[in-house]
Amino acid sequence: MLQNKSFVRKTRQGKVVKVVREHYLRDDIYCGAPFCKVCDSSAARLSSTASTILIVDTNVVLNQIDLLENEAIDDVVILSVVLDEVKNKNLGVYNRLRALCSNSVRKFFVFSNEYHKDTYVKAMVGESPNDRNDRAIRVAAQWYQTHLGDATKIVLITNDRDNKRKATEEGISAETVESYVKSLGQPGLLDLLAQAPSEDVAKEGVEDMRPSKKKIIYSEHKPMSEITAGLHRGIFHQGKLRVNRYNPFEAYVGSESIGDEIIIYGRANMNRAFDGDVVAVELLPQEQWHEEKSLSIVDEEDEEEDGIHLVPSSADDAPRVTNQIQGSLGNANSESSRPSGRVVGVIKRNWHSYCGSLEPMPMPAGTGGVAHALFVSKDRRIPKIRIQTRQLGNLLDKRIIVAVDSWDCLSRYPSGHYVRTVGEIGDRDTESEVVLIENDIDARPFSSQVLACLPPLPWSVSSEDLENPIRQDLRHLRVFSVDPPGCKDIDDALHCTALPNGNFEVGVHIADVTNFVHPGSPLDDEATQRGTSVYLVERRIDMLPKPLTEDICSLRADVERLAFSVIWEMTPEAEIISSSYTKSVIKSCAALSYVEAQARMDDSRLMDPVTADLRNMNALAKVMRQRRIDRGALTLASAEVKFQIDTETHDPLDIGMYQIREANQMVEEFMLAANISVAEKILTHFPLCSLLRRHPSPTKEMLEPLLRMAAAVGLNLDVSTSKALADSLDHAVGDDPYFNKLIRILATRCMTQAVYFCSGDLTPPEFSHYGLSARLYTHFTSPIRRYADVIVHRLLAAALGIYKLPGVFQDRPQLTSIADNLNYRHRNAQMASRASVELHTLIYFRKRPTDTEARIVKIRSNGFIVFVPKFGIEGPVYLTPRNDKGGGEWLVDEQQQKVKKTDGSVSYGVLQTVRIHMEVVEPQPNRPKLQLTLI
Amino acid sequence: MEYVSPEGLRLDGRRPLEMRQIKAEIGAVSKADGSAVFEMGNTKVIAAVYGPREVQNRSQQLSDQALVRCEYSMANFSTGDRMRKPKGDRRSTEISLVIRQTMEACILTHLMPRSQIDIFVQVLQADGGTRSACINAATLALADAGIPMRDLVTSCSAGYLNSTPLLDLNYVEDSAGGPDVTVGILPKSDKVTLLQMDAKLPMDTFENVMQLAIEGCKAIANYIREVLLENTKQLEGAGSSSGSTSTAYVKSSAPGALDAELMHKFAFRGWIMCLFGMIKFQTLGIPCLSIF
Repeated sequence: MLQNKSFVRKTRQGKVVKVVREHYLRDDIYCGAPFCKVCDSSAARLSSTASTILIVDTNVVLNQIDLLENEAIDDVVILSVVLDEVKNKNLGVYNRLRALCSNSVRKFFVFSNEYHKDTYVKAMVGESPNDRNDRAIRVAAQWYQTHLGDATKIVLITNDRDNKRKATEEGISAETVESYVKSLGQPGLLDLLAQAPSEDVAKEGVEDMRPSKKKIIYSEHKPMSEITAGLHRGIFHQGKLRVNRYNPFEAYVGSESIGDEIIIYGRANMNRAFDGDVVAVELLPQEQWHEEKSLSIVDEEDEEEDGIHLVPSSADDAPRVTNQIQGSLGNANSESSRPSGRVVGVIKRNWHSYCGSLEPMPMPAGTGGVAHALFVSKDRRIPKIRIQTRQLGNLLDKRIIVAVDSWDCLSRYPSGHYVRTVGEIGDRDTESEVVLIENDIDARPFSSQVLACLPPLPWSVSSEDLENPIRQDLRHLRVFSVDPPGCKDIDDALHCTALPNGNFEVGVHIADVTNFVHPGSPLDDEATQRGTSVYLVERRIDMLPKPLTEDICSLRADVERLAFSVIWEMTPEAEIISSSYTKSVIKSCAALSYVEAQARMDDSRLMDPVTADLRNMNALAKVMRQRRIDRGALTLASAEVKFQIDTETHDPLDIGMYQIREANQMVEEFMLAANISVAEKILTHFPLCSLLRRHPSPTKEMLEPLLRMAAAVGLNLDVSTSKALADSLDHAVGDDPYFNKLIRILATRCMTQAVYFCSGDLTPPEFSHYGLSARLYTHFTSPIRRYADVIVHRLLAAALGIYKLPGVFQDRPQLTSIADNLNYRHRNAQMASRASVELHTLIYFRKRPTDTEARIVKIRSNGFIVFVPKFGIEGPVYLTPRNDKGGGEWLVDEQQQKVKKTDGSVSYGVLQTVRIHMEVVEPQPNRPKLQLTLI
Repeated sequence: MEYVSPEGLRLDGRRPLEMRQIKAEIGAVSKADGSAVFEMGNTKVIAAVYGPREVQNRSQQLSDQALVRCEYSMANFSTGDRMRKPKGDRRSTEISLVIRQTMEACILTHLMPRSQIDIFVQVLQADGGTRSACINAATLALADAGIPMRDLVTSCSAGYLNSTPLLDLNYVEDSAGGPDVTVGILPKSDKVTLLQMDAKLPMDTFENVMQLAIEGCKAIANYIREVLLENTKQLEGAGSSSGSTSTAYVKSSAPGALDAELMHKFAFRGWIMCLFGMIKFQTLGIPCLSIF
């Protein structure tokens, strides 16, 4: 084996350092073709009958990854030089490519050409790295050709004209992507091709809405060097662009350099940046800040369509309050405190693929040819995308996925290419899938490797489990579970035994998922990725395969199951005297629903032991709950709705608020207690690597809308501590029974969401959970549907000395990244549930225009936002017609939170009850929405 | 970061169980009683041994054994950017001590009472694993000087990155922040004279990593023995003192069958040393070293 040294110059913190690294060249790197006689073919990935082997260059991978992901493309050799370049340029594409290479169905082989003694090339003097890499690709292609002989054809796929020419000169057959795909004879594939920017000249057709051809619409992005210099000198500010979910013409850039958010109004100022892009922003001169604002309102009125949506459950989901400054119009200082700016360059793109539909357009005359169409994303933050397609007629009524390729300053819209079709628009399954895709939820069936990790079915508790010294036999206990009706994945059960000394032994038994999900197994990896089960209205996407969730782990009635138990001895005053944790075997005697449990407790004639236990527990739970509230836990409310679904058609039959009973609160109380106990236990044992859950205190600004609203109705809320807020919420009793709940709902949405974190990353004071007013909190009680609980189970088992702590916990960055992923998945799961509920609300009202009562929650200049308690939805009611620019009829009183007619005849105030009419309209095709009108 | 690609190659093209190319040359400093240059990849170390000779500082003289002294330093040019203080800092002092104690354990000091042996090692080029390279160079130099030793001491490091045990970390891998286990053994008697790690590792992983390092040490020992043999042959044949150079590529085989009980002892002690290492890092600031 030869050794070679490569010399690299590398800048680090601006310094130029010469780095010398060893580079070993090997003779044991194989070609990956199973029919090769020379190479060891044990790791071969290419098909044994491959007549053509493709070698792709970097740009082909970067631009045409969607094409590569299509099944039609196979027998591809990915060179390590290509992999490295892709990794440096776009990590997202790199990960997709890696997934392709490790997918056992696809025939992609990674050839480490950089380490092979025959294919390594040394940069020649004066040769640019790009040229050197191109040469390396050609050398590798040539090597393959001579290595495999004439039986197989090696085709180098490159769109680089120069590279192609050189390859042909060297005797390698080279083709461009287009010509290769054409030669495959599948016209559908051509749509997957990203358009090369040079083809822009040919774009016509849909361009008629463009004011004049070749007019420069956006200013040129500044070159990277200028941006870096500008950032250094403080003229530019770097940050992630966040487009307002409710107004795509407004965006924010959170900038650390000025410590505030910079507002960007209008697409021209956004300058082709997408939501999530890291951008460089230049501040506009201060005198323009006003001007921009008035301009933005015009913009807004042009296109604003505040969709009806579910009530946001926390501040993270809520629309940004854009008008909040308008309240203090006279105050110039506060007005100018919000800087506005414009984007001068994009530092890092956040382009991925988007889900939506094509804008309806007449079919072009000649069918079968290439047509240009505009794609409208479902996500309103994304601008329209221009695509080319050969199957326009096919796609018009479909939900499709489109990826963005480029956006040059001459075109109003970015250009992209078609990726795949999801299904027909309006079809419930399609729309549900769209919800999943938009929230990055993996709903694919579990792979065979994952399913192979499951224990054989039918499974039952074995004698080994019973004899296992770590497992306590608790089958004699009267354990029962209380869950929502129809719940199949029962992960918690309870027991409560009166002790002779007057105390109670209370146990919380949690399904012992970690007994089946072993660290490092494919099953565990899959669960880590999925993070949580997702509950849509009509289906559930499991984190773990069904046999585990519904059978093996589920603590069903009358079967023996493995559990992880937390057992306390409590006084009748619900003081915990002692707590113990153990793995156990239990046998649940009843799987109750909340309704049943409640009915049992309420029915004074019932005296059976389970009912007695329930009553005892309920009494304890009430004490615990009261104590928690006294400590300052917030009782927040959310407007959760429940659907009744037709079992045949899966269409919603009825919706209503989810009713919370005492039984729910009872179970919740014990789960909270178990979670807190476990959090304390694992933190004492593993102060640096515990997974906990925290809820940051809301900042003043976040509570601002609540305070303003409360002041308008004459309510004084004290938000200094969670305790003070809880008390003042208790005192906020209005004239009608729903008033208090409404206030609580509004308070809830001012809060951020609780997040998982690794205890080593933060200091102990930051661990606290604001909403629960708990010093520590974690998730332990639902390991079937949340991965965080699985981790906590492992931590607890290790704390008890039952098992060793898996290696992940030693690796803090990895633990942090797991926690981040859990937060991301958790949030997406919630968003998906909400989107699913919204979708079903829409389907429900499509056939049933309804009149109902609503409460005003926010006043706007041309109307107000109402909340419909019965259906848990929120949406705008317009007082003036949409396009009426006059709008002088109504006056807004921000101080009083009232909107009045100029003649004073009618006025609406916040929290007032109004009657509205709800029906589904379709102002833009394929975007049906719910419209609320005042009666 | 990805230190081992899914294809099983490290950043420099080695596989996880492979060492860098090693190269040794005896007699690099003619004035010294014994000297050697040892290279592991881009790490290049020179060692010179003086002695046994009269003790310079009488107060340090030991009546029953020889005094072994060691000085470790890094050349100004050994790293990319110029080193400001090549010796005398905490790190150098620690490594000097480590090398001294490791070598002392194999030199038959009781045969040379009231004398002094000086070992000077200098890093000419640093690319990770300087500690191991220094020990190997010192062994060669001591052998060249004809100082009686129980056995050759050889040393090699191993690490654990991307859930893979890696043999002989280079600078890039070393600065990844993962555990770095440096082991020194007496290959003939299978005894450990040095074991250091400045990180936490689960027990069973640690055993694998240490086993790997031991395999590395044995491979180095074979090579060193070859070099010495060659050198001796030349001395015998021509009578000239020209140094010999040869290269070898060492690939370690599957973990050899060491005495299980012995291994257990190693592992156990090793673990204690890990704890010690932590303590050192967190509180004491006392160099951690181990000889047993």
